[in-house]
Amino acid sequence: MVIAKSNTLALQGTEAVALAMKQINPDMVAAYPITPQTEIVQGFSQFVADGEVDTHLVNVESEHSAMSACIGGASAGGRVMTATSSQGLALMWELLYIASGLRLPMVMPNVNRTLSAPINIHCDHSDSMGARDAGWIHLFSENAQEAYDNTLQAVRISEHPQVRLPVMVLLDGFIISHSLDRMESLEDSTVKEFVDVFKPEFSLLDAKTPTCIGAFDGLYGYFFEFKRQQEEAMRNAFQVVKDVGKEYGELTGRPYGVFEAFGLEDAEFAIIVLGSAAGTVRHEVECMRSRGIPIGMIKLRLFRPFPANELIEAVSHLKAVAVFDRSDTFAGGMGGPVFTDLRSALYESEKKPLMVNYIYGLGGRDLPVELINKAATELEQVAQSGQVKEKINYLGLKE
Amino acid sequence: MSWDISNIGQWTWKEHPPGAVIKDPGNSRQFKTGGWRTLRPIRDEEICNQCLICYMFCPDSAIKAAGEKITTFDLDFCKGCGICAEECPQNAIEMVDESKAQEAVE
Repeated sequence: MVIAKSNTLALQGTEAVALAMKQINPDMVAAYPITPQTEIVQGFSQFVADGEVDTHLVNVESEHSAMSACIGGASAGGRVMTATSSQGLALMWELLYIASGLRLPMVMPNVNRTLSAPINIHCDHSDSMGARDAGWIHLFSENAQEAYDNTLQAVRISEHPQVRLPVMVLLDGFIISHSLDRMESLEDSTVKEFVDVFKPEFSLLDAKTPTCIGAFDGLYGYFFEFKRQQEEAMRNAFQVVKDVGKEYGELTGRPYGVFEAFGLEDAEFAIIVLGSAAGTVRHEVECMRSRGIPIGMIKLRLFRPFPANELIEAVSHLKAVAVFDRSDTFAGGMGGPVFTDLRSALYESEKKPLMVNYIYGLGGRDLPVELINKAATELEQVAQSGQVKEKINYLGLKE
Repeated sequence: MSWDISNIGQWTWKEHPPGAVIKDPGNSRQFKTGGWRTLRPIRDEEICNQCLICYMFCPDSAIKAAGEKITTFDLDFCKGCGICAEECPQNAIEMVDESKAQEAVE
């Protein structure tokens, strides 16, 4: 295995993603250039201004228009990207469904920040979790390196003929986006070869084979059938995400799967977490394991589609699992989105762990090691006693 | 490409083109939309002076003409919008209740 040449850089998460976008060199980027936009688009605009990319950059008047322009660009057969965050993602709402419904490949890094009110600009996963059912693939990142790697892989996943769905690359606001991180970048030529040339299924600009995109589904009604196709594409995405992650691993020495497990084989209980908190959780899990405590962890990378089968296989032998959610579903006691999904996935399993949910970090509330230790210690008690005292817990809440 | 969409109402989810993309231009000719109509245009040939204004205004090209004369309304596509009746300078077109028009034919 020959690992491609790489350069060690110190970059913020946003700069790492902007670099990935530069190396992808998409045909078009449409973006709203003002807050809640992040330095991803600012950095990329500089590459455009400096003539370092061939991209047609369209500055639009809102995120609603940004996503609309991307839908137009993808329909025209272009490789398109945009980036957003928080309220910006919320403003794209109706277009998210159109991008996935029309089966248009595109990649959108989203800096995970909460949604108001009260007004708050800090990290949590409420924005992208709200778009959970919009038919986009969701890839979470732990750090700048993963945000960069996920952005490159997202292009291949999104454009795969068996998938053809838009992909969100998610990175935690401020914790990843604005923190300086050591990372390895690939050579431009390596990325160019990896992402290859986009071969669209159709193009509105192809005058020889005219197509109609976005037609009325008719009073006979075919809508239901198209939604089933979208679900099938999501099911196809599992293998594609794994294949692309494996190929990327062979290229870079950094393989990716649908999640990353640590210490699960000999663990009796484990924590499941998304995003940047995985780093802190891993640190605490390592500390506890060094003291002989049988704890493991899973860092979930692919949230949509939800890798239920793999997760069942990974956790069914455990006595207890704690799911860390950085957003709430406000379902009146059902817990956060990862918790409800995993709990549902385990319903048919003969062997299944007891489950507790820790909702943490809303509106950027910090998650220090002490809190992870508190949750892990409570989880150990659940595993030992076989009793769940409190199913839904709020970690770091003043109560 | 040319699709036979005559049986499209029976297609399973596996048969539809992904993303509802229509790669067969002009196939709306096979997709009859006259069934949406609740009002039917009836032209009084005595009053009509063949100015063809209705022909130009019809958004569905559902008014047929030959030799610069209106021949018929294509009821497979006329949605009964009434623009022809509104625009007719002679008031030669009347919109009548579709169900009553059908009864009259039967």
